[in-house]
Amino acid sequence: MHEFSIAINIIDIVTDAAESQGAKKVNEIELEIGDLSGVVYEAMEMAMESAVSGTWLENTNITITRIKGKAKCSQCGKMFSIDNLFDQCPECGAFNPVIQSGKELKVKSLQVE
Amino acid sequence: MCGTCGCGQSDESYKIIKPGEEEHSHHYHHHHDHTHDDEMHSHEHKHAYAHRHDHDDHGHTHEHSHGADDHSHQHAHGHAHSREIIVEQNALQKNDLLAERNRGYFEAKGVLAINLVSSPGSGKTTLLEKTIQLTKDQINLYVIEGDQQTMQDANRINNAGAPVVQINTGNGCHLDATMVSKACKQLNIDKKGILIIENVGNLVCPSLFDLGEAKRVVIMSVTEGDDKPLKYPTMFETSDICVINKIDLLPYVDFDVEKSKEFASRINPNLKFFEVSAKSEEGLADWVDWLKNELKLVG
Repeated sequence: MHEFSIAINIIDIVTDAAESQGAKKVNEIELEIGDLSGVVYEAMEMAMESAVSGTWLENTNITITRIKGKAKCSQCGKMFSIDNLFDQCPECGAFNPVIQSGKELKVKSLQVE
Repeated sequence: MCGTCGCGQSDESYKIIKPGEEEHSHHYHHHHDHTHDDEMHSHEHKHAYAHRHDHDDHGHTHEHSHGADDHSHQHAHGHAHSREIIVEQNALQKNDLLAERNRGYFEAKGVLAINLVSSPGSGKTTLLEKTIQLTKDQINLYVIEGDQQTMQDANRINNAGAPVVQINTGNGCHLDATMVSKACKQLNIDKKGILIIENVGNLVCPSLFDLGEAKRVVIMSVTEGDDKPLKYPTMFETSDICVINKIDLLPYVDFDVEKSKEFASRINPNLKFFEVSAKSEEGLADWVDWLKNELKLVG
């Protein structure tokens, strides 16, 4: 359950950002979670819900945008969708492509008052 | 609910203990104090079918319902005073920054820090015991032991003759940079040498938490499946070294060493492999030579 630790970190980031901007209320937290980030999307949703419970963010709407994995073949340069780190290039069969997206694990923005 | 302060977060705590010494406990979570003095409103969200919003201070109420499917959605309430803050921060930034601080501390001390990760029972502690014995009088070896509970491993390392502190993570499934920083303060690293941090036995969670190590070493034992790298790719992707342990048992198990190496290399072509038996000491000379070489590189 490392998702819960990550959720606690996210709450810290949100609190720091909101307080430094003089916000009194956070209406929405927008997160980006990549399919290759090492975090389970569903577990992250649950972890965020339980982590905000009892805090000043309890009623905040949490939107998680899931980022699909994309990679560029290190051999032939082909761009392709990737679901696992060990996926092969569909063109030339090479392993170890360069990941272009899907590693995201970040707090993107907040809607505050 | 937290048993210490009554806040809504779960009561997560960890302990850092030296063999034979009193316990030091750290209340391990964060508090967020925030008051709403000028607002009276309530929201209900995240219901699969219907939900309702009341905004006492705005003077409107609205309800709507959704179909049978549980879908995600965004709401725009048109509050004129709502504004956007662009954050764009990595969720693990705080841990990453602390890890960099640890890295600086290790470099300044001339310490080669190694984060030892694996599933439970792969032989991390036995490899450590043997490493301590084989490098005695040659290398100053320090150890941080991570387990959810007990002093068992720290006592084994203490008996093998290396300075050690135990971190008991309680419910935690991994070590983080803060825990390691605090444990280092108790370890009193006063000489150049190697610090081996034995992480909690878990091939998933520790992979995302940088501790400030110079090298990450993943152990796989031949009593596990040879497809472990494919099942837990993030750990193999983030490691520098893969130790294949318990090779004395190869005649009795179906583990295919070459296949496991090929799987791991698909994920991380830069992985360097050591095939060892911590028990029989086969292959350990190469492992110890590698440690000595890496220590030289630290300067």
